[in-house]
Amino acid sequence: MSNQPVSSEPFNQPTSAHERGATGTARVKRGMAEMLKGGVIMDVVTPEQAKIAEDAGAVAVMALERVPADIRVQGGVARMSDSDMIDGVINAVSIPVMAKARIGHFVEAQVLQAIGVDYVDESEVLTPADEAHHIDKWAFTVPFVCGATNLGEALRRIAEGAAMIRSKGEAGTGNVVEATRHMRQISADVRRLAALDPVELYAAAKELGAPYELVHEVAAAGKLPVVLFTAGGVATPADAAMMMQLGAEGVFVGSGIFKSGDPARRAAAIVKATTFYDDPDVIARVSRGLGEAMVGINVGDLPPGERLADRGW
Amino acid sequence: MVRVPEPVIGVLALQGDVREHLAAIAASGAVARSVRRPAEVDEIDAMVIPGGESTTISKLADEFGVFDPIAKRIAGGLPVYGSCAGMIMLAARILDGRADQRAFGGIDMTVRRNAFGRQVESFEAPVTLDGIGGRQFHAVFIRAPWVERVGAGARVLGVLDGRERARRAAGEVAGSVVDHNAGRIVAVRQGHLLATAFHPELTGDQRVHRYFVEMVRKAMGRHTTEG
Repeated sequence: MSNQPVSSEPFNQPTSAHERGATGTARVKRGMAEMLKGGVIMDVVTPEQAKIAEDAGAVAVMALERVPADIRVQGGVARMSDSDMIDGVINAVSIPVMAKARIGHFVEAQVLQAIGVDYVDESEVLTPADEAHHIDKWAFTVPFVCGATNLGEALRRIAEGAAMIRSKGEAGTGNVVEATRHMRQISADVRRLAALDPVELYAAAKELGAPYELVHEVAAAGKLPVVLFTAGGVATPADAAMMMQLGAEGVFVGSGIFKSGDPARRAAAIVKATTFYDDPDVIARVSRGLGEAMVGINVGDLPPGERLADRGW
Repeated sequence: MVRVPEPVIGVLALQGDVREHLAAIAASGAVARSVRRPAEVDEIDAMVIPGGESTTISKLADEFGVFDPIAKRIAGGLPVYGSCAGMIMLAARILDGRADQRAFGGIDMTVRRNAFGRQVESFEAPVTLDGIGGRQFHAVFIRAPWVERVGAGARVLGVLDGRERARRAAGEVAGSVVDHNAGRIVAVRQGHLLATAFHPELTGDQRVHRYFVEMVRKAMGRHTTEG
């Protein structure tokens, strides 16, 4: 894997000849996320949960030891999951398996790549391992998804090699208010760039704290150069559909499924609502008889230091 | 000369890289439309099944009542192109699938799901496609299937040239790397059905989509003459 900057290999241009036949190119990393679009990626902590997720129509699962809601309650340092646990999930399902590494913990990421996970989530849900630097994601064959609260943060992650971006809403709260804020912010930032005069993009890059080449690319395309999912607090089919209407290309659901009364039904309902996100009749139909949703936490009640969106920069 | 109207090609929009296929179809001389509901299946001249997660697409097709209408139209001659997950949906036989996974079938082939391996094995490599002229096709394979066997009715359109040959062609030292994937079948056609294990919709090279639109035009022309 070459360490080239993202701007030298636009997604839609043929890659240079020396990369032909190669694994781990930007195109296969970003392309993997394209194949997940319109789908739901579910947090699972056991192989049995992974099977329930696959049965419900999940496009991928995120293997982890504790869902964010439990991490919040139990506290302590949250780390990469145990390799045996991840292996168990990989062997249980045929759909892609993702796993989380701590922000900046490049060795956890190396281990996850060695195990054979399909995507690494460099995640603020775990306790950050580096307060200054995120992982150099170009150095890996496995692709990475990273969280972002705004366009500048998204482009910094993409500059580091992220092949997929998700919002950074407050995981484990069952409250979508932060995910809503991030989705609206990212969309508004993109729209603003697209409306600027080309001369103004240099200053915009400075304000966003992002590389000019990526800023220029977003302004020209009117969208991020990678797939944008939503994450954090999604607990109901309507939550998922709202995120899709706000511009998400797919949905991560963490604690919302397996902390609810009837995980199998809720999982299947969220999958259907994500596909028919613009059809209220379908959303109404699939929302019936799901049992209790997870108990939520108001984000305003979280003490400072427990707000995950403040992790990473 | 009879003027054939611009074909309307539906992209099955339950999950996957729908937008890329819609764009490729629109750029290839046809009207592109997304299809999620049974009634929409009746309004198209042809269909594309996109890349995505085949187990998810299969399940949603079933649950939203489009599986049987599509299967019926395929049996009636609807031209369909499937990439990656779409190839799996057109296979008569699936290996390494889920026990309850349904496919439309139609192409007499045995397809192995995720045959090249997990995501870290996903790759780009050149493929030469029979009947599609010009330079080699730069193909993108993502957790891709391959075709393990084809029956008498199906025609192999393309096999993988292999990474070693690709590296050598690019002027690199090939070394002693043996590419066991060289020669794998990655593109197949049977009558009105076309399938590729790779994703031309991700590369901006519209030759496969134009080839498919041409297949659709010929099928429509035939129906016009017959009618």
